[in-house]
Amino acid sequence: MKTMVPAVNVEALKDTTLLNMGIFALFVAVTMVIVFRASRNNKTAADYYAAGRSFTGSQNGTAIAGDYLSAASFLGITGAIAINGYDGFLYSIGFLVAWLVALLLVAELLRNTGKFTMADVLSFRLRQRPVRIAAALSTLAVCFFYLLAQMAGAGSLISLLLGISDWGGQALVIIVVGALMIMYVLIGGMKGTTWVQIIKAILLIAGAAVMTAMVLAIYGFNLSSLLGSAAEAANNPAVLNPGLQYGKTETSKLDFMSLGLALVLGTAALPHVLMRFYTVPTAKEARKSVVWAIWLIGLFYLFTLVLGYGAAALVGAETIKSAPGGVNSAAPLLAFHLGGPLLLGFISAVAFATILAVVAGLTITAAASFAHDIYANVISKGKADATTEVKVARRTVVVIGVLAILGGIFANGQNVAFLVALAFAVAASANLPTIVYSLFWKKFTTQGAVWSMYGGLAAAILLITFSPVVSGAKTSMIPGANFAFFPLSNPGIVSIPLAFFLGWLGTVLDKRREDPAKQAEMEVRSLTGVGAEKAVNH
Amino acid sequence: MGNEAQPQDATASVDFQEVQTTERFKTLRKRHRSFVFPMAVLFLLWYFAYVLLAAYAVDFMSTKVWGNINVGLILGLLQFVTTFGITAWYVSYSNRKLDPIAAEIRNEIEGHEFDKDGNVISGVNK
Repeated sequence: MKTMVPAVNVEALKDTTLLNMGIFALFVAVTMVIVFRASRNNKTAADYYAAGRSFTGSQNGTAIAGDYLSAASFLGITGAIAINGYDGFLYSIGFLVAWLVALLLVAELLRNTGKFTMADVLSFRLRQRPVRIAAALSTLAVCFFYLLAQMAGAGSLISLLLGISDWGGQALVIIVVGALMIMYVLIGGMKGTTWVQIIKAILLIAGAAVMTAMVLAIYGFNLSSLLGSAAEAANNPAVLNPGLQYGKTETSKLDFMSLGLALVLGTAALPHVLMRFYTVPTAKEARKSVVWAIWLIGLFYLFTLVLGYGAAALVGAETIKSAPGGVNSAAPLLAFHLGGPLLLGFISAVAFATILAVVAGLTITAAASFAHDIYANVISKGKADATTEVKVARRTVVVIGVLAILGGIFANGQNVAFLVALAFAVAASANLPTIVYSLFWKKFTTQGAVWSMYGGLAAAILLITFSPVVSGAKTSMIPGANFAFFPLSNPGIVSIPLAFFLGWLGTVLDKRREDPAKQAEMEVRSLTGVGAEKAVNH
Repeated sequence: MGNEAQPQDATASVDFQEVQTTERFKTLRKRHRSFVFPMAVLFLLWYFAYVLLAAYAVDFMSTKVWGNINVGLILGLLQFVTTFGITAWYVSYSNRKLDPIAAEIRNEIEGHEFDKDGNVISGVNK
């Protein structure tokens, strides 16, 4: 039945390079105009870091979806379903369910108690210096891992979408993308970054919706016959069942549990997601943001289910695996099959815009954390004025942008996909326990926070270092060496409970007591919104 | 907390410990926690039950129910349904049980009125 699969001519993709670039250039031009217009009101720190807190819940929710639906989720999950069937779908569900943690436990309370960064909330009622430094370090670590993963993935995307396979050419494209990102963040601040994410999210979700409708139309809007056709094309009915990817061994099953735990608990503690909640005027708008994000992200993962099986049925796993970009090429090849060069160009441009938007969000978060937490509150002990702080933030943006470009060029082709999982594991281990304890546990102390944050951060990074993703296996980053004594690729199942335990232990062993007045203030403010930062009126 | 020239905060003189002990605040805290904690435990248990089934009960998950649609796909789609459902439920619960009481407390402390979205509509800071 293999003959039923129409051939997609991979060679023909190269002819569309100019069209892809043209559509991407149009996206850049339009967003640049918007960023320039948005930047006119960037005067205060609240403008630069939090977009003057003037976005509505629906706008911010769309931007959150734009921030969250990275190239890894669009290209990666579609590809995973096309190749591994059900297990790709299983993977996507963790990314959605995780938002309930943000909705129920984090978003509104955080908006009511913080100002610009995650550290604002964590250090609210504890001793400023140690807690703020720890929170800033874990923020920077998460941003760095996530950023490097995005930039390293850019290289393979370039070879897939622009047909540039030599290292120098790819480096040039990475430099251009990085420079564009620096410009967006430098000029537009949070406002510009948010608009880029909103536009990108709309394009991505609309593109995926159109492709989903086209795939379903081919199968008479009958999901069952799409699945049947995918199983037939794969010549393996097991693509409809769980187990192809994560069910191989007992270790791989446990590894997936560990990943699931990190995804579900890490999402609500990702610093660049948390910072988005400060761009709206009230806690109620923060709630609306999460509600919008949940609907958009959920809808999108339903689309990827259809697109993944559609790619398996219409393009075929073999064609996908042998195309440049491998698994990641499933969505672009499907677009080419469905809508020819124009749809491919559109989807490719959106994939590039995705890298740009996600990297911009990470950069402004890291810069805000450095300037606001480390520079303003620790180095100059709160004496720096807002103008200086924003100046420091802008300089940090350039430094991080250059680091991202260098990271992208030198990590190009390296197997660093584990960095995204690591970012989630660090967020879930180092950040989430302290967020939850400081919002809900009256007795929580500084020592508990510091133990939990450093313990979680160190455990996640050490376990990854001594895991098969770094050494000891054919697919490792350093395949030649073997110092992998931890069998799982995902540290969450150990590091997350450990960090919760350390937070408890540090607190019960702490001889110092925290100020009960501060605890009362935080609790009342978090639930009622008394004295919360207001929107900036221009 | 921050480094900006703080406008004189209307809440600077508030005794939050006193507010914390009022019946109204205790009601708000109880209503909030009695919803979010059980709900968080519930959806986490349901998610991990699903993941465990996918890992260790492959045959059950592969049982065909209708055409090529199997139990695994139905349970997976149900995860979407429950996520959307809990979201809608929480929004309606907050609108009815949490927001009005939070606005009352805030109004009393800050001394101005809020519309239903929490924006200031009249009055000035004390």
